[in-house]
Order: sequence, then C-alpha cells, then structure tokens
Amino acid sequence: MSAEHPLLAHHFDDIEQQRGAETLGMWVFLATEVLIFGGLFTGYFVYRSWYPRDFEAVSARLNVLIGAVNTVVLLTSSLTMALSVYAVRTGRQRMLLHGLTLTAVLGTAFLVLKAVEYYADYRDGLVPNTAPFDAPEHQREWAEAQVSPQKVILFLMFYYVMTGLHAVHLTVGIGLMAWLIVRARGGTLSPERYVPVEVCGLYWHFVDVVWIFLLPLLYLTGTHHPADFTHFL
Amino acid sequence: MSTITQYVPQAVPPPPSEPGENYLNAAFGLRSWLLTTDHKRIAILYLVTVTLMFFLGGAAATLIRLNLMTPYGELVNADTYNKLFTMHGVLMVWFFLVPVIPVVLGNFFLPMMIGARDLAFPRLNLASWYIFIFGAAFTLWAITVGGVDTGWTFYTPFSSKSSHTNVIPTLTGIVISGFSSIATGLNFVVTVHRMRAPGLTWGRLPLFIWSLYATSIILLLATPVLAMALSLVIIERVFQIGIFDPSLGGDPLLFQHLFWFYSHPAVYIMVLPGMGIVSELITCFARKHIFGYTFVAWASIGIAVLSFLVWAHHMFVAGQAVYSAMIFSILSYAVAVPSAIKVFNWTATLYRGSVSYRAPLLFALGFIGLFTMGGMTGLFLAALGMDMHVHDTYFIIAHFHFIMVGGTVMAYMGGLHYWWPKMTGRMYPEGWSKLAALIIFVGFILTFLPQFVLGYLGMPRRYHTYPPEFQVLNVMSSAGASILAVGYLLPLVYLIWSLGYGEPAGPNPWGATGLEWQTPSPPPTDNFVATPIVTYGPYEYSPLEETELVG
Amino acid sequence: MVAEVPLFPEQASTIAGRVDGLLYFLVAVTGSVTLLVTVLILYFAVKYRRRSDGDRTPRILGSFRLELFWTVTPLFFFLVMFYWGASIYNDVSRPPDGAPEVYVVGKQWMWKIQHPDGQREINELHLPVGRPVKLILTSEDVIHDFFVPAFRTKVDVIPGRYVTTWFHPTRVGTYHLFCSQYCGTNHAGMVGSVVVMGEQDYDDWLAGTRAEGSLALQGRKLFLKLQCDTCHSPGPHQRAPLLENLYGSTVHLEDGGTVTADDAYIRESILYPEAKVVQGWRPIMPTFKGQLADKGSELTEEEALIQLAAFIRTLEPGQTPVRTESFPAPVGAPTRPKGKEPASVVVPERPPGREEPP
Repeated sequence: MSAEHPLLAHHFDDIEQQRGAETLGMWVFLATEVLIFGGLFTGYFVYRSWYPRDFEAVSARLNVLIGAVNTVVLLTSSLTMALSVYAVRTGRQRMLLHGLTLTAVLGTAFLVLKAVEYYADYRDGLVPNTAPFDAPEHQREWAEAQVSPQKVILFLMFYYVMTGLHAVHLTVGIGLMAWLIVRARGGTLSPERYVPVEVCGLYWHFVDVVWIFLLPLLYLTGTHHPADFTHFL
Repeated sequence: MSTITQYVPQAVPPPPSEPGENYLNAAFGLRSWLLTTDHKRIAILYLVTVTLMFFLGGAAATLIRLNLMTPYGELVNADTYNKLFTMHGVLMVWFFLVPVIPVVLGNFFLPMMIGARDLAFPRLNLASWYIFIFGAAFTLWAITVGGVDTGWTFYTPFSSKSSHTNVIPTLTGIVISGFSSIATGLNFVVTVHRMRAPGLTWGRLPLFIWSLYATSIILLLATPVLAMALSLVIIERVFQIGIFDPSLGGDPLLFQHLFWFYSHPAVYIMVLPGMGIVSELITCFARKHIFGYTFVAWASIGIAVLSFLVWAHHMFVAGQAVYSAMIFSILSYAVAVPSAIKVFNWTATLYRGSVSYRAPLLFALGFIGLFTMGGMTGLFLAALGMDMHVHDTYFIIAHFHFIMVGGTVMAYMGGLHYWWPKMTGRMYPEGWSKLAALIIFVGFILTFLPQFVLGYLGMPRRYHTYPPEFQVLNVMSSAGASILAVGYLLPLVYLIWSLGYGEPAGPNPWGATGLEWQTPSPPPTDNFVATPIVTYGPYEYSPLEETELVG
Repeated sequence: MVAEVPLFPEQASTIAGRVDGLLYFLVAVTGSVTLLVTVLILYFAVKYRRRSDGDRTPRILGSFRLELFWTVTPLFFFLVMFYWGASIYNDVSRPPDGAPEVYVVGKQWMWKIQHPDGQREINELHLPVGRPVKLILTSEDVIHDFFVPAFRTKVDVIPGRYVTTWFHPTRVGTYHLFCSQYCGTNHAGMVGSVVVMGEQDYDDWLAGTRAEGSLALQGRKLFLKLQCDTCHSPGPHQRAPLLENLYGSTVHLEDGGTVTADDAYIRESILYPEAKVVQGWRPIMPTFKGQLADKGSELTEEEALIQLAAFIRTLEPGQTPVRTESFPAPVGAPTRPKGKEPASVVVPERPPGREEPP
C-alpha cells in the first residue's frame, strides 16, 4: 500500500477520492440552495405577474444606485475569489492572502452599503407596514398611481426577505473567508491543500449569481428615470 | 486487499479483525455515543429517536381511533381532536416516515453495502442527528404547550391567519428538521458517487442503494421548497402580510402549490427506500437473482423524476384550471408505471426460487400485497371524476395509510429484522416475529379496509363526529387499530429482549450476498479491514454457467 | 344489523351513476390485477418453498419482452381510466346554460345559501328534482369544501374567489351535505342537508319561504344604502361609469387591457377599486371592504357582494335608481336659505369615519 497522504481522512481510500467528495458535496449543497431561492422566486414571480403595476411602482422607488454599486462590488469580489483559487493552486501565498482579504472586504462593503440602503428605505417609508400610507401625500401619490397598499407591502416583504436571505448567505460567506484567511496565515493552505478554498469559492460565486438574479427582478422592473439616481444622493 | 471473486452462499469467510471488537464495544460512555462520527452509531442514535416519535404519533392515533368509536365525539372535544390528528400527521410524516429508513438502515448499511468505511462526511452525519433532535424538540414543545390544530398540511389562510394555536414553533421545528434531511441526502449522494469500492460499478449496486440514491435526490431538491413554503407562513403570521391571505392581495392556492411541490415527492421519499429493502429481502429469501435488475433500478430513478411532476393531483378540486388538472392526471398515471414494474419484477423473482418463510420475507410479502392495494387505489384517485367524489374523505386516508403503513412500515420492519443480526450480533426470536408479522397484517387490513368504504360513502376526513350510520365501519376500524397496536408493541419488546437474550448471530445467518454480510456481526468500527474489490454483480446466488434465458 | 351497514351512498344526480360506473371499472381492473399478483405470489411462495438448505435456483436475469408487456399493458388501461375520469370532470366543470344560480357562502362553521328569488337558508339547500342547478360559491374566511356524497361532487370554496359547480338531481330525498376541507374547530359540525323535492313540493316551498325580495331587489337596496348612486348615476354629477347593461360586457381599462364584467370583476371593483380602472375615468372610488355588512346583522360581506352583483346583473338602461327620499331637518337644526342649491356631495378619497383597511 502506498504511503498515506498526510491530509487523508481515515474513511477515504485516497486523496483524489477525498477531494472529489468534498467538491461534489459543495455542488450538491448549492443545488439545494437553488431550490430554496427558487421557492421564493416562484412566489415573487406569481405576484409580479398578477400585480405588475403595483410592483413596478414600488420597484421604481428602490435605490437602484446602491443596487448598481453593490453589483459591481460583488462581481469584483468574485474576481478576487477566483484569483485566490488560482493563487492557492499555484502556491502564490501572498496573492492568496490578498485575494481572500479583498474578497472579504468587498463582501463586507456590500453589506455596509446594503445597511445604508435599508436605512434609506426606512427613511423613505418603504417598509412593509401601514405607516407609509398614513401620510396624506403618500396616499394621494399611491392612489394617483392606482397602486394598492397591500400589494406594496407584499412587494416589500419579498424584497426584504429575498435580499435579507441573500445577505445572510453573504455573511456566512464572509465568515468562510475569515476562516480561510486564518488558515492562509497559518500556512495550512497550499497546492496540496487547496480544496477548502475551491469549495468556498464555489459558494461565493453562487451567492454572487443569486444577486445577479435579484437585481433585475427587484430593482429593474419599473422604469427608472435618470433623475432617480440623483434623488438618492 | 481482500478480493471477492466467486461468492458461494454457504461458506462463511472468517472475520479478519480482532475477535470481539466491534463498533458497539469500541468505546464506552455517553460521550463516545453523543460525539461519535461512526455511521453505525449514528444510525442507532436515530433508531432510538425515530422509534420514540413513532410511538408518540401512534399514541395520538390511538386516541383518534378511540374517539371515533362513537359518532358523537365523546372522548375528546373538537379542539383536542383537531390537535391530535395534526400531531399524528406532523410527527408521523416528518419525524418518522420521511427519515426512518434512510437514517436508520441507510446510515448503517449504505457505506457497508458499497464497501466503504463510512459516509463521505461523518461529522455532517452527526450534525444531522443533532439538527433532527433540535427540530423534534421544537415541535414536541409546541405540542406540549397547547398543540397545533391546522392539520399536517397547514393550509392557508387557516394556518396563516385563523388558527390560534402554536403554529409558528411547530413550523419552525419542521423547517429545522428539514435541514437534517438535506444533510443526509447530500451525504448519501456524494458517498454513492465517490466512495464505491473498486469494481463496484453502478450496474453492480444493490437495489437498496439505487433506491436510497433516488430518495436522496428527492430529499435534496424538494425539502428546500418546503422550508420556503413554511417560512412564508411564519412570516405571514408574524408580520400579518398577505402572502396567502386573499383579503390582503394574496393567494391561498399559492401555498398549496408550494407545499405539495415538496409533499408529493416526500411520499416517494417514504416509499422508495422501502421498495429497495423489499428487493433485498425477496432476493435473499428466494435465494435468487432479482428479475429485471436494470428495470427495477431505473424504475427508482423514474419514480424520483416523475414524482416532481404530479403535485397538483392533491388539488384537483381546489380550483385549478380543467386542462391543468388533466395534465396532472395523466402524469399521475405515468408515475404509477414504474411502481407496477417493480411489483411484477418481485413476483417474477419468486418464480423457481427457493422461498424461506422467515420473518423478513413475511414482512416483504406483506409490503407487496398492501402496497399494491394502496397503489391501485392511487389509480382511482388519479381519475379526475373519481377524485372529485373521494377527495378529502376516508378513502384518501385509507389510500395513503396502505402505502405508508402497509408499505413503508412493513418494509422497515422487514429490513430491521433482516439486518438486526448484523447490527446487534443477536437473532430476534423467530416465532414471535412471525406472530408479529401476522398480527400487524391482520390488524392493518381490519383498520384500513373499512375506511375505503367509509370514504366512498362520503365520510370526510378530520371529522371528530360523524353521522351514526357510519358507526359500524368506524368500530371495525378502531378494533383493527387495537390489534395493530399490539402488533407494533410486540417487536418493541422482543427486539429489546433479544439484545440481552437473543441467540448470537454469525456474520451471515441468511446466506445472503452483499458486502455487508462479509463482515462480522456486529461489524468493527471500520467495517472492512481493507477495501474490497468487487468483480461480481449483486444477488449472485447461482453460478454464472447456469444462466437461463426467459422470454 | 349487518344489512343496515351502508356500503354505497345513494345515487341522486346524473353524475353519480357515471362515477359509480367508473368505480366498478376501476375495482374490476385493479381487483383482477391485485388478485392475480396475490395468487401468483402465494402460489410461487408455496410451490417453490425451500426444501433444503442446499437448494439451487436458476440464474434468471429477466425478460425484455415481459417487461415491455407489463409496462405497456398498464399504460393502456391507465389511458382508459384517465379518459373516463377526465370526461366526467370536464362535464362537471361546464354548467349547462340557463341553469338557475344559487349562491353559497361558506363561513366558519355554516353554509349560507341564497336562492335567486331571495330565499335564504342555513345549512340546507332545497332543490327541485329533474332540473340542473348551478352553484356559485365563495368563502367568508378560510377554505371550505361543499360536498354532497349522493351527487358525487365536491368543490373547494375559497375566500376571495368565486367557484362554480352544478348538479342535476335525479331522486327526491334528503342527502348529506359535508364541509370537506378542514376549516377549524367546528369543521365536523359544518354539515347539513340537500333536500331534493318534487316539482310541486319545491314550488310550494319557494312560495312559502320568507324572502325579503329577490337577490336583485336586496342588492338594489344596498346600492342605495351605500350611496353608490352618488357617482354611478347619470347627470351632471356623474363621476363613474354607469352600471347599466354592464354585466357580461367587455370593459376597456385605463391601462389598455380589457376584462369581461362578471361576478368576480364586480366583486373586485367594489373591494379593490384601484385594480381595474375603466378607461376615461379617474380612480377616485373608495373601497367598500369591511363596510358592506353592518356588524351584528345576519348578512355577511360576501353575501352583500352577491346581492350587489345580482342587482347589477339585472340593471337595464335607464334603470339606475335614484334616491328620492328626503328627510325634513330635525327641529332646531340650522336650515339652508331658500333658493340656494344644495351643496354638491364631495366624494372624499376615504369616506370620513371609515378606517383604511390594513
């Protein structure tokens, strides 16, 4: 029997089997995640097709500037993540550390911007309770647009749950990055020990892809005027 | 490396490991059990847990059937009755039927049957048990502090708006336990893909593994949708947002679609592993190669795929478009075909076999009979005009109990008895086990056959009182239930008894093929000293030279 | 005693016989197959029982022809079953033209029934034998199900929607009515009877049952009471489209779409007026959700909606009612100087004193 690979867990026969299992495990997990978001997306699609006017009206009020910036941030973080995977497989330790750190930083930036956005939404009255509809000017505005309060609340519920669930996943991802950074600094990531980086990378890209779907669905259904961009500044 | 080339059923190869050292006595103490990563110990932990849930759900059923002895609901009041049938459904579906065969027999034997030392992710396996316990605790707590009365189907807007009971903690417990299912499914899929012994191609896998694999696909893809559907109900209850409430712009039918998208495939999660067990039992106790291996294997996959396409047959009278209902009706007939294929193949396996009437076979034959009857009544329900009459009546109750109890629980009993010597190193008492099988079979028929008649007569389900002319049939059903209860209590007693006093079992008391029988009973912690190399398919009970062609 | 145990509900509708026929076919086919499989299994298990531990069995792997046979044959039977069931279901989904309409409102935990001529029943439905009748059903709260075993039909009754079903009773008698979708505490108590009567008896019953006027008449009273005529009447103060000849017509909406004015459209426009605004009109109609039925009155909101729809259905050109009552001012109240026009009624976006529904 050949000498055992130092990383080999006792229940695997060889290191290739172990790596294959770990990677397949992450892919299978991501498949279940697709179904979780899929359930939400289905609910959203149903109501979006029934109440197009109401949903578009609220969507137009969302902060598309922050949404756009966040998209750029997240896409860039996927780039740094991919570079981290490249770095660990080619033994570039500093590049790995920088890549992981940048990814975590960009992810955190996304969350910070999201928090700012949630606060701005709250100030704008875009929260799923009836408070916004008590103010007379809001009532007139919604009535002029022939939009119903319940449907506005429905949209906002989907908005917060979908982006909230996404943010939770992103937070977990940042936690994973932190763990990887600790391991990278401890020197336990190498071309031999690259699978943790790879599977976390898969997870990170998935979180990014979910956002790519969320953005147009939630933010871009209504028409946005150029003035909208300055409205939020 | 040990090599298995020519298997001769009667010879028993001596166990190569230390005599007496096995997974049970490798370490002692509570910590060694609660922090174990050994798939066999985790299976035993699950065994204890799901058995408890089974008897709790059974207690609820006992009270239900007692109440239904008289037409006027004199045992419990309406609210209590509603809570009882909800508790029965919730506990039995999510905390017994969905997990039981995968987490007990699957966890124990999947690695062994493919020649592996453990599952792909042993710590995830342990975590799944803790998640399951956590979810069960939530749900049991909700039941204890007042119960929940929505029915296990949680239809909105009653569950999201109207019910004044502990809906949220119950739903939370179910969602949590769903993650346990997902973890188990993930573990199984990765293990089967990556950890088969050398030479064990997909075409040589035992049919139990095929069925567990198909089950895992469903577990992985359907459970998340349930998590979402139930979470939306929780959100609606907490924030009073009208996701499913029509007066706030929502649609109650959306919940039904999301719920049944999971819950229909879920019933195949319950029955597919049972079918896998039956394939193992029939081949072993007829000592014959399975008839139509490829067809039976692919039938499992076919069932898994088609199961995702039929959910709205639970909604034929709920308000969907006529043409949509027709499509789901046709697809529901389609999903019946692979099940029928399996039944015919099992029957053909018995032909010219050498049939031994041990308890596991009796349970397997009981499965085939009762599952066939239940499945046939499924054909009734797939017919739109028939379903219109019997939907939401006792006909439906009888249909699914035939499949879940007459099917899954029988198969589980059969598998438990079959693999008991391997798991524990002890034989169960044969006489008592045969008696139990008989009592269960008779009790079952008496309990549920009258319910088909009751349903066609029009007795709706979830009724705690009923018109007096239905009483005779209800009394018959309750009488049967008392017999059934005895039938289930018997194995509880004699299986536990056998742990201390049962006859010690050798590695292969049945003379069965299969890698799990190549190890001592009970097996050592690592299952195999060295990974076996497989050059043979499963169920090779006769020499290759004697292959006969039929038809 | 044994003879009194029923095994079959009575056949009391045109559909019942067909469903029972399908039942016989299903029992025959599935029963035969089950019997065949059972007999074969028992026969093989006995004939091929193990005689010694050294028994040898042949290595039979399978038979493609047999697999094909027992895959295709069931499929054929399944198609027959599907077609038979689907044709019954299809017929039930198409009520015959001209059948009288009875309105049913399910609420926890009773059935409230309104006949077109205004007779109201609770948990009982009187019908004439030999004539088809169409039911329009809705729920006041949660999902219920209107189930008459003797007719072999049921339909889920959903809040926020109208569903329809129909039957053609063929036998005089009294039959069970059950709610068969779990709806809460007293689900088992939401039962009643369908009483099918001979033609003469039914006419007597109709005449003898107190009715406050037909559904349409009651709807007219509501129309006036809720002041719908303030906007929906012709004249200089008309602020909303006239409802004459509306029912069944195609309505052009503000956003360019069209809709057929049926019961559901009328209901939606009363509860959610902003949902479908008619082209050329401003969206100023307030919602009447929660205001249609006085608290404490026996009339529920869904029943009120049904009455209004029934009235609008009968509304012909020139028939929009006008409030003609006038009330003298109470003694001591300030009076308007003679000669001045009464102040025009201002329609607020939300009527004063009424709360915006959540």
